[in-house]
Amino acid sequence: MVAAVAALPAAYLVIVCADDVGATVETILRSRTLEMTLRSAGLAAAVTATTVAVAVPLAFLTTRTTLPGARAWATLLSLPIVIPSYVGAYTYVAALGPSGMLQDLLEPLGIERLPGIYGFGGAWLVLSLFTYPLVLITVRSAIVRLDPRLEEAALVAGRSRPEVFRTVTLPQLRPAIGAGGLLVALYVLSDFGAVSLLRFQSFTREIYISFQSSFDRGATAALGLVLVALTLALLALYTRTRRQGGYYRSSPGAARPPRPAPLGRWRWPAIGACSLLAALALALPLGVLLYWAGKGIGDAVDWGSVGTAAWHSLLAGGLAAAVAAVAAITISLLTVRYPSPASRLLERAGYAGYALPGIVVALALVFFGTRIALPLYQTLAMLVVALAIHFLPLAIAAISASLLQVPPRLEEAARTLGRGPVATFATVTGPLAAPGVAAGAALVLLYAVKELPATLLLAPAEFQTLATQVWTETTFGQYGGAAIPALVLVLVAAPPLYLLSGEAVHE
Amino acid sequence: MSGIESRPVGVDALEEPTEPETVLRVVGLAKSFGEIRALGGVSLELRRGELCALIGPSGCGKTTLLRLIAGLERPDAGSIELQGALISGAGVDLAPQRRRIGMVFQDFALFPHLDVGANVAYGLGRRAGERRVEEMLALVGLAGAARRPVHELSGGQQQRVALARALAPSPELILLDEPFSNLDASLRQQMRDEVRAIILQAGVTALFVTHDQEEALSISDRVAVIRDGRIVQLGTPEEVYSRPTDRWAAEFLGEIEVLPGEAEGVWATCELGTVPVREPIDGDVGVMLRPEAIALDTKGPPDGRPSVVAEVVSRRYFGHDQLVEVELPSRVRVHCRCLGLPAWHPGDRVRVWLDGPAMVVPDGPTVTREPR
Repeated sequence: MVAAVAALPAAYLVIVCADDVGATVETILRSRTLEMTLRSAGLAAAVTATTVAVAVPLAFLTTRTTLPGARAWATLLSLPIVIPSYVGAYTYVAALGPSGMLQDLLEPLGIERLPGIYGFGGAWLVLSLFTYPLVLITVRSAIVRLDPRLEEAALVAGRSRPEVFRTVTLPQLRPAIGAGGLLVALYVLSDFGAVSLLRFQSFTREIYISFQSSFDRGATAALGLVLVALTLALLALYTRTRRQGGYYRSSPGAARPPRPAPLGRWRWPAIGACSLLAALALALPLGVLLYWAGKGIGDAVDWGSVGTAAWHSLLAGGLAAAVAAVAAITISLLTVRYPSPASRLLERAGYAGYALPGIVVALALVFFGTRIALPLYQTLAMLVVALAIHFLPLAIAAISASLLQVPPRLEEAARTLGRGPVATFATVTGPLAAPGVAAGAALVLLYAVKELPATLLLAPAEFQTLATQVWTETTFGQYGGAAIPALVLVLVAAPPLYLLSGEAVHE
Repeated sequence: MSGIESRPVGVDALEEPTEPETVLRVVGLAKSFGEIRALGGVSLELRRGELCALIGPSGCGKTTLLRLIAGLERPDAGSIELQGALISGAGVDLAPQRRRIGMVFQDFALFPHLDVGANVAYGLGRRAGERRVEEMLALVGLAGAARRPVHELSGGQQQRVALARALAPSPELILLDEPFSNLDASLRQQMRDEVRAIILQAGVTALFVTHDQEEALSISDRVAVIRDGRIVQLGTPEEVYSRPTDRWAAEFLGEIEVLPGEAEGVWATCELGTVPVREPIDGDVGVMLRPEAIALDTKGPPDGRPSVVAEVVSRRYFGHDQLVEVELPSRVRVHCRCLGLPAWHPGDRVRVWLDGPAMVVPDGPTVTREPR
């Protein structure tokens, strides 16, 4: 049942499209569709290339060199991961866009037109700045796990350092770089908030506009289907690199860390580059947020609406977290304790919701709501189900990991001591897995609070959340109004998200 | 020590005139995992209060047998009776929590989120009595440790808690799965003796699995030797060691020497003398001897038994004893286990004779006679 709901989005899009195959094919073959595909793919490619080019050297700089404060830089430069891309986009628009901060400053000097932040360039810059930590974290952890003995063996065999890097180090890191890059590509492809705020005509934005402006739901569904196809293609690539990753596992035993390469005079350019990145990805967005927040407070911000939005975010997110946790416990118990082809399929289906862009999940539920479950359409329940489906995999991953750590022996011991299956779960399995369940639920809550497109599409009328408030206010150029909810979002989500990403690195 | 142990023999006969009651009866138990047959029709009876060891190489099915008895696996065929009541077989399959069988797991499986007392009380359910917990902890020598977290305990202490937890609900039968394999060698010896004493004192019937022959022989009342999912021999430790049913069982339980011999009916003759045969047989046979059943000295045996002259080839010294390899006149080499002194050296001329039980196995072309 749970898996059926989780697999519903993709399945439902196919059903909607199958209603009118002719129209679907026509939509897909429209030249504008092809153009959108190319634009989105182009943006994904550009951002991925940029993040890899920035993050891989950075990963080496912070692990294998004498860069002063290497650890602190690594921590600092991983931090932008906690800023949702649409919040990042908002700060750039508020700083550099029309009637933004920079223009305010420059207007007295007679400069009225600025190079535009809108369009491809802006989207490229902003998405790169807020997604490169995905590559940095993945590659850094791979470098740390590298077995330095392999490189030492190559050096002893008489190869020069550059040769060793090219023939030994890089091949071992390729899976990590590929995985990090594909994570970025998936992110860009499914991103809605940042590209919309930066007015870049991407696929997700096209879907949103098509959904808002026309009642031709079939065409919108067809577009969604194309996006799903793009995503699945990327995902297939991603799983392939993941599978190759196992091949490069380093040998067990405590490896002696390699001697860091001395930077010498290159120290200063390195520090400069790190500082520039920190300024662009961290200092500027935070500075802008604080500036507009201060200005907003000065203009007597509507605290009531911020409070309501925060409450709505918490309500929807909390309910989604509870629903996802219950579903994930069911699925995890089945897959962990009764592994079978059927239970594995169930787990895969659970993951489908995450792979799909949020806007597709939302779209499918809109169709489902308008056609079948009309009483549910535009209710909180619909939003909660969408968020729960979308982030179910986060809960499954956390919960099944913690269930896997409960040895079956303990359950068997409880059985031989006179407890039935239910009592065993209540007294042994449950308490032991509780931290994992809590972590899984917390993750879903955090991601649900940050989520934008599904919330925009599915929230009941007048149900503003922090995320939608940031979006609406920015769209209307009300930078002061967006600052407070954006700041709240970053502050609430940052510490736990950062901890979790750090944990992922340690694993 | 329990009252039963210290009771005079005469009183025993007055109180319980019949033979000991059967606690566990396993008949024709079989279990396969996919293509792999783990157990192929095992039958076993345990008498009240006895400690029985299941021994066999890894993968022989001994742990499967334990898990079937506990109810953690469902058998394909056969039946299990506890105290005369059917708990598995003929459509019955009692859930593990309703069998009243205790189990001590190989890794102890203590609940990490509960303290020592709560672990021991777990099987007592809601009627958990503080007194019973303290009583059990005192039995295993951990009195006053109820509030300690289990991760603070040493391996031996964890073992005791696991035992106390399994014994607390007063089960009819307790199963121990390789109970000593997770302990280091020095502790293992001590825990063997302690566990045996605790089980005797609790008066419970126990079945334990091991792959260590020394362990099986030293603490159990009876030993069941399992091979490829079948019990090949069941008997007292002395029986299975000195009268193994076949060469495999003999080799599994200790070192073995096989001398070529010739059988005629109920007697077989080898270079070291004539030995009795269990099943009448004619022709070439193998005579199996434990190394300690071959005696060695400069002089012959004191009672005038036959002996042969041999030459020492090599020697391994273990402190308490030594293993001396000698070459017999036929140029066949055998090992003798004897006391650590005197020290023998290669080249020494000695006399060698039979000084213990021997087993005759068909070896080479033989003709089996109809039993008379």
